[in-house]
Amino acid sequence: MDSAIDILSWILLTVGGAFVFVGGLGALRLPEFYTRMHAASLTDSIAPILILLGIMLQAGWSLAAIKLLAILAFLLLTGPTASYALANSALLSGLKPGDSSTDSTEN
Amino acid sequence: MVILFGVFLLTLLVLTAVAIVRTDNLFVAVMLTGIFSLLMAANFFILDAADVALTEAAIGAGITTVLFLGALALTAEHEKSVSARRWLSMGVVIVTTLILIYATLDKPRLGDPQAPVHLHVAPWYLDETPELIGIPNVVTAVLGSFRGYDTFGELFVIFTACIGVLFILSGRRGQHLPPNAMALSSTAHGLRHHLIPKVVGRLLVPFIVLFGFYLQFHGEYGPGGGFQAGAIVAAGIILYALLEGETAALRVVPQSALMAMVIGGALLYGAVGIAGIALGGNFLDYSVLADDPVKGQQLGILAIELGVGMAVCGALLSIFHAFAAREPH
Repeated sequence: MDSAIDILSWILLTVGGAFVFVGGLGALRLPEFYTRMHAASLTDSIAPILILLGIMLQAGWSLAAIKLLAILAFLLLTGPTASYALANSALLSGLKPGDSSTDSTEN
Repeated sequence: MVILFGVFLLTLLVLTAVAIVRTDNLFVAVMLTGIFSLLMAANFFILDAADVALTEAAIGAGITTVLFLGALALTAEHEKSVSARRWLSMGVVIVTTLILIYATLDKPRLGDPQAPVHLHVAPWYLDETPELIGIPNVVTAVLGSFRGYDTFGELFVIFTACIGVLFILSGRRGQHLPPNAMALSSTAHGLRHHLIPKVVGRLLVPFIVLFGFYLQFHGEYGPGGGFQAGAIVAAGIILYALLEGETAALRVVPQSALMAMVIGGALLYGAVGIAGIALGGNFLDYSVLADDPVKGQQLGILAIELGVGMAVCGALLSIFHAFAAREPH
């Protein structure tokens, strides 16, 4: 039973880590602002769910697990909101999706 | 494993510092200082200094970034290029670096059990704190009681900084602009047209403030205390100011209340010290505050942490409002 939980937790941690890696890679390599932000938003939506669930399995039924749950709820509220606010203000300030020529962060 | 993490974080820290120096875009530099503070907080955390890590994350990565952005909104985004005397400053930096590296050669290895600090200073505090003060968090006992003078000094550094910023920046509110023009400016408006951040932010503000109070009153039992609590409560109110507009935040916590917090906090700390003298002890000796010396110590620490929390929260909010009240030129 313990080893099953361990294996499940490690699977969650590894997949979560892979999502962080892919998100970081995408944020570096994708061509323009919105696609890069889309990649980066993986690291604050799916990745914390998987990683914190993995750590919660390691923590077992304890106060630590409840704290991790609170952190997860906080991250799930703030992360996507921050991504939304960033994309929204980029759009409002006139950056068109798919238009990599106006992208000043390229260099 | 911890060594690996430490080397990784310190390498990132050096890279971030070099990037901060090299960039001439001040916005990028501000974001990088935030990252620098967060890396520093992680570093403190793997060294088991949870209290310091919390302070660094709350003040360095959180509030300072907001204050820098507030200042940046009033000035240009790009650094003025300076050309003269580059070799002189390079020389000074290189000499200082070499001296510092030479000084580290005498330092004991990190975590060396034979280091003087682990033989004389730390064991004394660890042994005596349960007996003399009776609270679980030794860091709070050291900061609040054994080194009460240090913390008193830190509090007055913040107090002085707040007064300095207010002297330079404030006193202009409403002088150049009629009140309705103020209300139409973007800072006064808040995020009225951004529904999602506004809803989520409103949801979060009470929890952030509650967490601040938790840190304030839990500082004797776990990581936390006045500095962290003041910064986090201030962060919650700054978030409110960003969402609802600065004038709405000033209606909730008016400028006079902020001043009362800054002055009252500093006075409270000083008064606890004077009370010690009046009751026959030394300045900032809390043992005489109650019949039982241990109870007196706990009472004193609670009172001075409250003073620190009030002063830090009031000072950070006053500085924020001082920046936010000025129109960019």
